[in-house]
Amino acid sequence: MADYRDLFRHLGGELRVINLGLESFAETLEGLGVPVLHVQWTPPAEGDPGRARLLSLLEDEDGA
Amino acid sequence: MITRTTLKRSFYQDSVALMGLARELRTGAGVRETAALMGTPANQALMADAGLLTEEARAAGPNDLVIVVQTDSAAEAEAALARAESLLTARRARVEASGRRLPRTLDSAVRRLEGANLALISLPGVFAAAEARKALRRGLHVMLFSDNVALEDEIALKRLAAERGLLLMGPDCGTAYLGGVPLGFANVVPRGRIGLVAASGTGLQQVMTLLAAAGEGVSQAVGVGGRDMSERVGAPMTLAALEALGADPATELIVVVGKPPAPAVRAKVEARLHALGKPAVVAMLGREVTAGRSGPLTTVATLEDAAAATVARRRGRAWEPRAFSDAAAARQRVKEFRAARGTGAAVVRGLFAGGTLAYEALLILEPLLGVDSVGGNLGGHGGGPHRVLDLGADEYTVGRAHPMLDAALRVEEIQRAAKEPDTAVLLLDVVLGHGAAVDPAGDIAPALEAARRHAQAHGRGLAVVASVVGTTADPQGLAAQTARLEAAGAWVLPSNAQAARAAACIAGEPRVAEALLDGGA
Repeated sequence: MADYRDLFRHLGGELRVINLGLESFAETLEGLGVPVLHVQWTPPAEGDPGRARLLSLLEDEDGA
Repeated sequence: MITRTTLKRSFYQDSVALMGLARELRTGAGVRETAALMGTPANQALMADAGLLTEEARAAGPNDLVIVVQTDSAAEAEAALARAESLLTARRARVEASGRRLPRTLDSAVRRLEGANLALISLPGVFAAAEARKALRRGLHVMLFSDNVALEDEIALKRLAAERGLLLMGPDCGTAYLGGVPLGFANVVPRGRIGLVAASGTGLQQVMTLLAAAGEGVSQAVGVGGRDMSERVGAPMTLAALEALGADPATELIVVVGKPPAPAVRAKVEARLHALGKPAVVAMLGREVTAGRSGPLTTVATLEDAAAATVARRRGRAWEPRAFSDAAAARQRVKEFRAARGTGAAVVRGLFAGGTLAYEALLILEPLLGVDSVGGNLGGHGGGPHRVLDLGADEYTVGRAHPMLDAALRVEEIQRAAKEPDTAVLLLDVVLGHGAAVDPAGDIAPALEAARRHAQAHGRGLAVVASVVGTTADPQGLAAQTARLEAAGAWVLPSNAQAARAAACIAGEPRVAEALLDGGA
């Protein structure tokens, strides 16, 4: 396991958030002055969970 | 009755946005019933139950938005659908008017938001793990608010996070507080010296709000998800968060909130706490908790005790658990409610929005009312007659918003419980803060008033006992929400634990009140 002792020193500087899902969470953060970017997400594979899972495994194989 | 449908192909909207849309539509002239949902199989089943699964709705796919309205006339139906269209257009126009073009993928967002360090993910569970994995691979910490994420996915995601020194908070992580920023469902609390690690969202909220009421603030609060301390997962994020809090100069005292972990996991967590050398308070809610102190560790049995023990440790004071903060007032209220109770009404019905609050109530009620006499959906020992329901449990939230956002389900359950002649007490929680409903007390107050009127009309008194999880700085306002409940006839107590005890004193055998109220009511 990695070392977490410096976690809050790194995170404490400034939280910069990417929001996927409920847009209201991004609106709240915006209202608090927290840098946030909401993703206009749509379900992959026409919303078919099984095919979406296969797609994500393929993406993993491509590496990131 | 006229039923009309609008189908918008490939038009994904999140559940909160859709709840807001449905609520707006319901206020339209002549609108009897409405549904605004994505066309997933689960949602189609809900629409079928409500008699709203039209041909068009049946033909919808998971990425299609379905809006169904039931009205008295065709003109009203057309007007309602036109209103839906204009509300959706207004929403889009608002986003575009702000000059933003929103990214469509996580990758594009990472490119645009320089220095991004956290992904907040509240997507439907079946899609959430894949996005969380992408976020971790791109070096982001993740708060995974979504529930319904597979255990295997959780284990794999946490392994990946631990390899990279990242936090994977969740799944089903409702609340966190990092560097002064509240995330998810979070109350407005002051910054301070207390660091928290929690396997429970509303449990964390209860502790933080009670700390705030006592003038104590929070340095960091890390949610780890309800399964982190299970044997299979092995507490990787609990241990990571403890290591981080141990090294954090702003954190002077650590609080751990959760359910009892597997013995091997408990040993690891306690060893880590001892090694940190900072004072710690541990609230693992379970049936066999032995409260007490061992070295730097104080073990407590309730969320309220976690806050009280923490405050006492910070101020170097001695502390003893108390059943009620104002025993004299409690004695008087219990006496009044017991006197008004109808014959044959001796049952507590707990209707909760917060899962951990429901579980804590169950644990408090069981020994007071009889271990085998409290049922519900939380793995209680008994089949009733007393009942505690967690209305935020998965079986209630498929295709609908959580009861902390949408009171519709709780209102139905209040109506149902009020009609049961053996109901003596409705026991409730009201949770405030960012992310929660705008007026949660106001959403249920009319139903509570109607329930009490109904009981009265049938010659019996119905007690409503509640607690409000919130702070004076929350957007909804603690005082205003408490006042709204009191105006509806509720007895509002300072904590969920006290509310559960009050309910038991009103509904239980006289010996319960005698034991808790020192001399009885």
